[in-house]
Amino acid sequence: MTAPLDVSGTESSARPEAVLQGAGRQAIEGRSLGQIAWARLRRDKVAITGGVVIVLLIVVAVLAPVITNVVGGPPDKFNEELIDPTFSSPKGSGIFAGVSWEHPLGVEPVNGRDVFSRILYGARISLLIGFLATLVSVVLGVFFGVVAGYFGGWVDTLISRIMDVFLAFPLLLFAIALVGVVPDEAFGLSGNGLRLAVLVFIIGFFSWPYIGRIIRGQTLSLREREFVDAARSLGARSPYILFRELLPNLVAPIIVYSTLLIPTNILFEAALSFLGVGIERPTATWGKMLEQAVPFYSVAPLFVVVPGLAIFITVLAFNLLGDGLRDALDPRGTR
Amino acid sequence: MSDPLLSVTGLRKHFPITKGLLRRQVGAVKAVDGVDFDVARGETLGLVGESGCGKTTTGRLLIRLLDPTGGTIVFDGRDITRLPQRRMRPLRRDIQMIFQDPYSSLNPRHTVGAIVGAPFRIQGIETEHGVKRAVQEILELVGLSPEHYNRYPHEFSGGQRQRIGIARTLALRPKLIIADEPVSALDVSIQAQVVNLLEDLQNELDLTYVVIAHDLSVVRHISERVAVMYLGKIVELADRRSLYETPMHPYTVALMSAVPVPDPARRRQRDRIRLAGDVPSPLNPPAACRFHTRCWKAREVCRQEEPPLAELAPGHRVACHFPENAPAAAPSRGDSDRQVSDQRSEAPAGGGGGPAATS
Ligand SMILES: Nc1ncnc2c1ncn2[C@@H]1O[C@H](COP(=O)(O)OP(=O)(O)O)[C@@H](O)[C@H]1O
Ligand code: SF4
Ligand SMILES: [Mg+2]
Repeated sequence: MTAPLDVSGTESSARPEAVLQGAGRQAIEGRSLGQIAWARLRRDKVAITGGVVIVLLIVVAVLAPVITNVVGGPPDKFNEELIDPTFSSPKGSGIFAGVSWEHPLGVEPVNGRDVFSRILYGARISLLIGFLATLVSVVLGVFFGVVAGYFGGWVDTLISRIMDVFLAFPLLLFAIALVGVVPDEAFGLSGNGLRLAVLVFIIGFFSWPYIGRIIRGQTLSLREREFVDAARSLGARSPYILFRELLPNLVAPIIVYSTLLIPTNILFEAALSFLGVGIERPTATWGKMLEQAVPFYSVAPLFVVVPGLAIFITVLAFNLLGDGLRDALDPRGTR
Repeated sequence: MSDPLLSVTGLRKHFPITKGLLRRQVGAVKAVDGVDFDVARGETLGLVGESGCGKTTTGRLLIRLLDPTGGTIVFDGRDITRLPQRRMRPLRRDIQMIFQDPYSSLNPRHTVGAIVGAPFRIQGIETEHGVKRAVQEILELVGLSPEHYNRYPHEFSGGQRQRIGIARTLALRPKLIIADEPVSALDVSIQAQVVNLLEDLQNELDLTYVVIAHDLSVVRHISERVAVMYLGKIVELADRRSLYETPMHPYTVALMSAVPVPDPARRRQRDRIRLAGDVPSPLNPPAACRFHTRCWKAREVCRQEEPPLAELAPGHRVACHFPENAPAAAPSRGDSDRQVSDQRSEAPAGGGGGPAATS
């Protein structure tokens, strides 16, 4: 057991207060489990690294227009003068062909657009879809998971079967089909705005059962705890028990599993882009950059490596943070 | 007992066992199967029995956390057996329960203030100087500091947590408190503190208690009367003195022998009866006298006829065909059986489903 828990001590003394006084009474405010978890997380260097990378990514994505103004230039600007007309690849030799102070990560083959700028703008799409889709699945997953776990019986059976169906669904095929038939305009949105909304909806709508199952399981075990009976014996109604008693205990798994779901959703979006469905050109996405780079892997390997690395680092950072959060928030470790 | 606070008759709770998708009922756990008792105002009734005999279920039925399968519960002159939860709500102020596990009964995400203040919020009760003040007063009442208001349960020891749980039940000044094994999860060294606290509170606040325990030692200190439960039924019910001095039901005698005796002279006199085997499953309780599978006095009649809970001495009710320590008026068959039991205890015979008695 770790240090913060020593406060509880033993009850060898007759006066209960003595135990707490013995602890030095540093703080009158109790340390919540959240504070304890944060103290633990801070000691987890790997998770903190993941967190720092994520924060940097977000900052860079938000400031993309400012940064590319200084380095890289506009993401959609053609720089054909940098392309060797015979091979369609960036002028120069070696794997760093095309790399310069203005274009720190080189330029694309064929049209010479700046890779650095496109990576930054691609981060916007990846993170936006990753976060929004996860938000959709968390809202759906928590709602249905709590309802299934708390009410049980046929409600639980029904919701659980629906979750099974969703998890067995050939999501990729469905997504390709659905994005393929998106009209030019709907719901007051058009073009890439509409496609973005459709992607968020599809990805979020099909990944909620992952969260839903976990929340259902947690609710199922929380429901048996005596504090729920205590609330009920005081006359509490279901909404009170759900929101005031159960939900605060579900915050930890919600945070952990959303953090772990974000990279899954980012990967899914990248896969869709790679397969040519999703956000349309010329908007930069990491998946599409990868797809465009594949035919040139021998002449412009940097162009394959960079978006690949961007996806890899992002996914890894979220997973490391998520694992660290899971360890820090583990309810069995706190009590 | 002219006007009992709580009166229970024929109380039953059967948990259905279902199978398959269609939830076909294939049996029932007869957790509580015909329980009768009264609790007078201001008294403490102890409810004792081995683990799994239906004590907690009885407690939950009394506060209507579970719906009874049969029988009636009359509280303060009102039949609450089938009262819908909506109409039960205001009554919940008067009946409270102290839960067994002080770790699971406090929400780990709530502060002590929120936990002890919850009764006011749930019942929508205004207090003169605000909820915080009221909560701090209750904390002092149970021996905690008002400064604990903003602390979280995990910062407290088991005994302190149980005090927090007790504080919560006191918030609405109930008339009846069901204490489900209030100290069995606690360190032996602090059990007495909590039991004493319960006693002090009873005197101060005019409380009536039903105290549940799995052995007779805890209940001995605070109960005026004791009911002994076995497999969903009460087998013996008596005031404390007659139960401890002249236990009549063989099961009570066995339980009693498990209680450590402080006086060494008396300890030597007494045989230690170890009950063989576990409690049979309430899914398929033994026919007639449910104790016959473990009783060293069991005879054919015990397997054929269920003994009624009869008053063999004033205020002393027993359900047994061959009671121990029975007064002269009791069936003579009992006496011949005593000899059998005495012989057995001299020559301990192990094994089988039979009794095992050691000195
Ligand atoms: N919700 C339930 N569903 C099915 N069986 C139950 C349930 N609650 C308790 N039981 C069973 O009822 C019996 C009595 O349980 P309980 O009242 O908890 O006993 P005790 O508190 O005396 O240890 C046990 O066999 C237990 O398994
Ligand atoms: S009725 Fe028979 S089996 Fe039951 S307790 Fe009495 S003697 Fe034992
Ligand atoms: Mg119990």
